[in-house]
Amino acid sequence: MSHVAARAVVIGASAGAVEALSHILPALPADYPLPILIVVHIPPDRKNMLAPLFQAKCRMVVREAEDKEPALGGVIYFAPPDYHLLVETEGTLSLSTDDLVLYSRPSIDVLFESAADAFGAALVGVVLTGANEDGAKGLKAIADAGGTALVEDPLSAYVNTMPIAALKECATARAMPLTAIADCLMKECAV
Amino acid sequence: MPNETEDIEFRLLLEALYQRYHYDFRHYAQASIKRRLRQARVQMGFANFSAMQERLLHDEAMLPRLLNYLTIQVSEMFRDPSYFRAIREKIVPHLRTYPSLRIWIAGCSGGEELYSLVILFREEGLEERTIFYATDINQDALDTASKGIYSLDRIKAFTENHRLSGGKSSLSDYYSSAYGGAAFDKTLRDRVVFSDHSLVTDAVFAEMHLISCRNVLIYFNRELQDRAIGLFRDSLPRNGFLGLGSKESLRFSAHAAAFGEFVREEKIYQRREP
Repeated sequence: MSHVAARAVVIGASAGAVEALSHILPALPADYPLPILIVVHIPPDRKNMLAPLFQAKCRMVVREAEDKEPALGGVIYFAPPDYHLLVETEGTLSLSTDDLVLYSRPSIDVLFESAADAFGAALVGVVLTGANEDGAKGLKAIADAGGTALVEDPLSAYVNTMPIAALKECATARAMPLTAIADCLMKECAV
Repeated sequence: MPNETEDIEFRLLLEALYQRYHYDFRHYAQASIKRRLRQARVQMGFANFSAMQERLLHDEAMLPRLLNYLTIQVSEMFRDPSYFRAIREKIVPHLRTYPSLRIWIAGCSGGEELYSLVILFREEGLEERTIFYATDINQDALDTASKGIYSLDRIKAFTENHRLSGGKSSLSDYYSSAYGGAAFDKTLRDRVVFSDHSLVTDAVFAEMHLISCRNVLIYFNRELQDRAIGLFRDSLPRNGFLGLGSKESLRFSAHAAAFGEFVREEKIYQRREP
């Protein structure tokens, strides 16, 4: 495995996302040094409740991502409903209204593939519970660029379709329970 | 490192597009553009961006095909109904005070937003005194917009959006089924001027009372966003209105001081004293 210190974490989740993320995000300290970018599949007409919901539980700062803002360490960014979230090579965030990918906007693949371009090996990608195959190709792109690929253990995932698809597409991804993912995120940020 | 090579090829491709055809995507937000070009590369069967570049330089027929990947944006009529409700309830009362109106839909793509505004203005009795300028850099998009035919499976969402926007008529009053789609009434285009215009390279062309430019700026980098917003600033007299997409803002713009928030939650701004 590579020993490049990670510069960012990207997470994708769908059905069962809130529960799964609640096992990971509150475990991270306020001064967690990396930005965490998250796509959760949500209906386009919903106001994004995720940021306030998780801000109440987390020590890190939690926000909805804004167009062209720099991704800062210690901050958790959620993709807004009905927009793709992408990372530019200089590490700023972009939004787009490009077509749905696998019926989804935001799409996990779109975030992961752009983040793999921007951060290369210095990236951790995490695919959590979900009922479709979004995230599988993106996780493969992260692994191909030398980054770290983690997947929620299909045996304990709320819906295992997305973890299984990710493990199938990305052979080097490691499956583990949610608490182990939180531990892993702590380790990855240490050189 | 294959990605580094691809990055070089990607920049060269954009440079070729600019030098050969004067379409300048070099300062667009790169992540989306690269994603679209990768899609084009795969679907057109090129091994890499260099092969695409060679074809682009030597075969003019490649240009419109590539532009369709780079610029076509599928929207909905009355997308974000609350935006159109705000135009109707908060902007229209101001616009009524002018004897004639000029409205600019910048980056009109397939025309969904244009028809939404024309219908809204007709419902409010303002259409007759208004000229709508619908601009885009993609000729195919302008052609689509000037035909006004949308596939029938999209009409349900359009109709619901229109209702939520406070529509005072039935959307079905404005189209008829034809060519396997919904063809919008050609009289909706009586007051529309379609024109090729680039926010990246072209200048101000008229004084406007309202500019609607939604989900276009997110495709630009900061510098280009500022150029476009500068054009809007210079196109608007005092008290003119600018409407942006729900996730766009003037907060970080060099021109922020030239605008005040008019309907904050809908990203509708008003031009301040020059």
